[in-house]
Amino acid sequence: MQNPRVKLPEKAKPGEVIQVKTLISHVMETGQRKDADGKTIPRKIINSFSAKFEGQDVFSAEMFPGISANPYLSFFFKVPGPGEFEFTWVEDGGARVVQKEKLNVVA
Amino acid sequence: MTKIGSPAVCNRRRFVVAAAAATAVAVLPSLPALAQDQPEAKPWDALVKKILGDAKPVEGKLTIDMAEIAENGNTVPFTVAVDSPMSDKDYVKAIHLISTANPRPEVVVFRFTPAAGVAKAESRLRLVSTQDVIAIAELSDGKFLMTRRPVKVTVGGCGG
Repeated sequence: MQNPRVKLPEKAKPGEVIQVKTLISHVMETGQRKDADGKTIPRKIINSFSAKFEGQDVFSAEMFPGISANPYLSFFFKVPGPGEFEFTWVEDGGARVVQKEKLNVVA
Repeated sequence: MTKIGSPAVCNRRRFVVAAAAATAVAVLPSLPALAQDQPEAKPWDALVKKILGDAKPVEGKLTIDMAEIAENGNTVPFTVAVDSPMSDKDYVKAIHLISTANPRPEVVVFRFTPAAGVAKAESRLRLVSTQDVIAIAELSDGKFLMTRRPVKVTVGGCGG
């Protein structure tokens, strides 16, 4: 679980609905595959993602092995004003990656 | 079966029994096709019931946007959306995406708040084979929307 990437518009206006795109590198091991010795490779996926803006919940996702490797997630956000996003990805086992991004709001 | 018949009779009886069995086997595969509207309890069916509870979902306002033919089942882009005002009183709480043929029916649950402004989300999913994908939206007033769409998969995507 590494290299989280977030794409926000360069500029946003208050009241505007913007698209937020996120991507993170992860194999998303399904728990269905077998290795060369015929042993099942244990499941290891990113099972949750959440996005907050200035501490307020905006969007979240519960993911299952049906989500592709290097999970891409995109959602929308109605800009209330200037502030900062906090994105969190959580892997099976509890490891997490947190990424903060300021939104450039122009009047 | 009788033990007193001549071998010839026995053989004929065996033949009749075998022929009847063969006919039964030949007929069987067509039965599920006839029963398509009343599917037997499948994992995805149980999941749909678990999400809906006693609620009766309605169609419309909820869309799944996805290619009709997915060349690579390992990564199939999709968008789910509900036409909703996303106000504090009327918004979409969640959209569930369900596979009808993957080893596990759950794919993803998107959870929204009115802060999103638009009830729309995108991701990429794995599809093991040609199948129907189901979306269920849970609204703030307790109602549910449901839709399903078929997708053809050229190369399945669940690894080895």
